[in-house]
Amino acid sequence: MKVAIIKYNAGNIYSVDYALKRLGVEAVVTADKDELRAADKVIFPGVGEAETTMKFLRASGMDALIKELRQPLLGICLGMQVMCRHSEEGGDVDCLGIFDTEVKRFVPQKHEDKVPHMGWNTLTETNSGLFKGFTKEEFVYFVHSFYVPVNEYTAAVTDYIQPFSAALHKDNYYATQFHPEKSGGVGERILRNFLEL
Amino acid sequence: MLAKRIIPCLDIKDGQTVKGTNFVNLRQAGDPVELARAYSEQGADELVFLDITASFEGRKTFAELVKRIAANISIPFTVGGGINELSDVDRLLNAGADKISINSSAIRRPELIDEIAKNFGSQVCVLAVDAKQTEKGWWCYLNGGRVETDKELFTWTKEAQERGAGEILFTSMNHDGVKTGYANEALAEMSDNLSIPVIASGGAGAKEHFRDVFLQGKADAALAASVFHFGEIKIPDLKSYLCAQGIPMRVM
Repeated sequence: MKVAIIKYNAGNIYSVDYALKRLGVEAVVTADKDELRAADKVIFPGVGEAETTMKFLRASGMDALIKELRQPLLGICLGMQVMCRHSEEGGDVDCLGIFDTEVKRFVPQKHEDKVPHMGWNTLTETNSGLFKGFTKEEFVYFVHSFYVPVNEYTAAVTDYIQPFSAALHKDNYYATQFHPEKSGGVGERILRNFLEL
Repeated sequence: MLAKRIIPCLDIKDGQTVKGTNFVNLRQAGDPVELARAYSEQGADELVFLDITASFEGRKTFAELVKRIAANISIPFTVGGGINELSDVDRLLNAGADKISINSSAIRRPELIDEIAKNFGSQVCVLAVDAKQTEKGWWCYLNGGRVETDKELFTWTKEAQERGAGEILFTSMNHDGVKTGYANEALAEMSDNLSIPVIASGGAGAKEHFRDVFLQGKADAALAASVFHFGEIKIPDLKSYLCAQGIPMRVM
């Protein structure tokens, strides 16, 4: 099986590569479009900022490529956010529009609501192949200041300030707001489930 | 529900853990990767590695170690020690660290916080501060308490937040090593004063101290070293205890 990680100007994309290696999978980290088209599974990681990321994706033509892929693709964190229609980050940014929903900034409702939402939180209402075999509310690791509201593509819900989309799924497109590559054994199960889709 | 975090801290010198440990079943007791893996399996939520090496060679060894940690550990980790400029941050993040912590370099040049936040995001920037309660209030110190700074604790941590720090790691020098509990009053004041997470450090000696730092100290995370390294408190026991006290914990 060929697994490709989309290489772009995001921070720390190698932590996904390390996580796959721990599962015994040698992925290629690449920006080569033919290599990405030929992969069985594609991972679109992301740490950074939406506006800069979208500029890069457009300039490199990677935006069109991501939308044309038909093999299972997993967007992580910022990767998930830029797969949505629009983000409030960096002013107002038009994104890829794979998931027809918007990305909003967390607005604290009380002093204890710290932003970013950082740390381990639970997954509820899981309903995609990513969470196959899940029998209880598992903890995964989040770091983000923007969120995707619950919508028709929501594949898992987490509650912080309000319930939001911890994961999305539509056709061959999967996405997680949390970092499976940093979520211990639970994260490894999610990555393995993705590889087995 | 967002869990409160338990964070073991490892001091590293020349690529090896410094403080003695009585972990059994480790192939190499001084190997930080082995120790980190053991903590991760026990349910630690994050790890902190502080490089206390002075030499240039030692620094290179540390960067190599960060790569090995990133390759082997599946939970987030912070590294600190000897970070003076952006290129140090870049090197450690590229080696696979999730966050970096800065202390004396930020006191000497506070703009470093802005630069890190702008270039890498606030989420990677942990401001560490060592402070002592003195006659004039809570004051920040450097070099293990030998050098007094011009920074008052609450003013400085607020400034750090405004400059873009993502978290504060506050060590009370009055409490560190004494094992009679964390500086809960100062921690609660800091937490009320800030909108970013606060990691409490210094004073853990018993399970009750962790309960108090979360309930009274309003901390988001509690860091400890020796109670974990010497097996005085086992993380799974600690977490079940805290759960029973109604504190949200990630249980495995």
